[in-house]
Amino acid sequence: MIEATTPPPSAANPNVSNPERWLSVVAGTAVAAYGLTRRSVSGLVLAALGGGLVLRGATGQCPVYNSLGISTATDGEGDQVSVPYGRGIRVEKSVTINAPPEQLYTFWRNFENLPRFMDHVKSVSVLDDKRSHWVAKGPAGSDAEWDAEIINEIPNELIGWRSVNGSQVDNAGSVHFTPSIGGRGTVVKVVLRYDPPAGVVGATIAKLFGQDPAHQVMEDLRTFKQLMEAGEIPRVMV
Amino acid sequence: MKAVRWYGKGDVRVEDVPEPKIVNPRDAIVRVTSTAICGSDLHLYGGYVPTMMKGDILGHEFMGEVVEVGAAITTLKVGDRVVVPFPIACGRCWFCEQQLFSACDNSNPNAWVLEAMYGYSGAGIFGYSHMYGGYAGGQAEYVRVPFADVGPFKVPSTLSDEQVLFLTDIFPTGYMAAENCDIKPGDTVAVWGCGPVGLFAIKSAQLLGAGRVIALDRFPERMRLAREWGAETVDYSDVDDAFDNLKEMTGGRGPDCCIDAVGMEAHGRTLDAWYDRFKQAARLELDRAHALRQALHSCRKGGTVSIPGVYGGFIDKVPFGAAFGKGLTLKMGQTHVHKYLPQLLERIEKGDVDPTKIITHRGTLDDAPRFYEIFRNKQDECVKCVLTTG
Repeated sequence: MIEATTPPPSAANPNVSNPERWLSVVAGTAVAAYGLTRRSVSGLVLAALGGGLVLRGATGQCPVYNSLGISTATDGEGDQVSVPYGRGIRVEKSVTINAPPEQLYTFWRNFENLPRFMDHVKSVSVLDDKRSHWVAKGPAGSDAEWDAEIINEIPNELIGWRSVNGSQVDNAGSVHFTPSIGGRGTVVKVVLRYDPPAGVVGATIAKLFGQDPAHQVMEDLRTFKQLMEAGEIPRVMV
Repeated sequence: MKAVRWYGKGDVRVEDVPEPKIVNPRDAIVRVTSTAICGSDLHLYGGYVPTMMKGDILGHEFMGEVVEVGAAITTLKVGDRVVVPFPIACGRCWFCEQQLFSACDNSNPNAWVLEAMYGYSGAGIFGYSHMYGGYAGGQAEYVRVPFADVGPFKVPSTLSDEQVLFLTDIFPTGYMAAENCDIKPGDTVAVWGCGPVGLFAIKSAQLLGAGRVIALDRFPERMRLAREWGAETVDYSDVDDAFDNLKEMTGGRGPDCCIDAVGMEAHGRTLDAWYDRFKQAARLELDRAHALRQALHSCRKGGTVSIPGVYGGFIDKVPFGAAFGKGLTLKMGQTHVHKYLPQLLERIEKGDVDPTKIITHRGTLDDAPRFYEIFRNKQDECVKCVLTTG
């Protein structure tokens, strides 16, 4: 599920990040223009809505964010966190796999295996014992790249990571391997937090176009299960 | 290659399409020699199954010769003659380990669609809509078979295509329906529908020790086949009330087991049947459940209702109170074909069953559009159509 976490509200300063402000202006102009061509009551409402978005982008102030207590503007939080509290998107999903934790952990821990079942990840290169370089499919055909480091690890149980400073997509997450009850295999749970380049609004728009991150993570986990159980990923020729 | 493709309600066409290729290491390519049209294909033909797309290749009852195998396949070799179960099963998930092959966790690439509808997704199925995986079907000259080390079963050259083809679906489906009844020696089993699955359920109930099998239908040619396989028949269009009739025939107790081999496109003469027709036509209800209602109503107290007939969505006015009040056991679902196939092959080899009896129409792939139409309309005494590729 997408959920935006809430920081203390900031009234006077901008509470919308720069990329998101631009997105607001562009989307608002388009919506307003479309609304004006409709020559109807609903068209006027659309035009007003578009105008509001343009204003939001121009001023960097979002009344909705304000009332929800959200800010996506850069606020210079400490360097110790990849995704500051109150920002970004949190996804938590799990799947049960008919295999022992050791086998699943070992496969996952070799990060260069991950693109085999993570649809949006193009490549992962292992730099050293802790660090790796990631390339993922970004919006509109662009690539997003970042370096990640392992911050917590218990063999056969969990791996925790975060992106390091200067990442295009700030993210942090963990994967947990827990024996399931009654010998049903292993529960693999992923908790992922990331700060999408276009902010929470951008992610919500992406969701409307079928890019729901919760769905994405669930499908990646399902593919992991297929690969671990069946040894291959069922595909249909197109 | 030639393939039978779905284009919409009542519209299937034979067209030239590219031949399938090996995609995964556990794949095989089978050159189809014989394929059949299933009653459940008629649900697709009638436009009752969502997520079909124009151009989809139909067919989930097919057999043939292995012409290519993927790198991981060691159990089959080129030239093997095989029958292929209609559900696609990985053989390695928990469900496959329990022999619940049609509940395979890993064979449906579009599992999330069925999960949204049903909570959990079943196995992928050849040629049976995109919510069941979008796999190309076997009414074609060639077909790609995933998990070919689990699905295809080799068949002896002493048996003809027509003798073994129905091991892919309808024989195991009728057999599982009868096995689900948990038949005790001497039990009376009532079977709604004398189509191919109903006929195999009749035969299987007898193989499993039923004392009596009573079959309900309205088509003389189908009831004749049912009688030839040892059932007593009731023409429901001829009797005032099927329930009264069954009650009378069973000494006032009701059948011990009732099998609904009709499914979502039931016909009937009673008020509820017309109600279903109206709601289905208005897209308010996916399934017409007349046969199921009658089976639940007619079954004896403590009896079992087994449902091999296909249902897809929500059904209305189901007498669940009757099911509860009489303490019925309900069993249903897609067939775990892999589980039953070897023992049923043995039955055929021993001569216990002659599956070829039900075949009424023989043709080639080119006959598919015509066969679909007459099979749906029950014209020309059609019971089962088999297509060869020549």
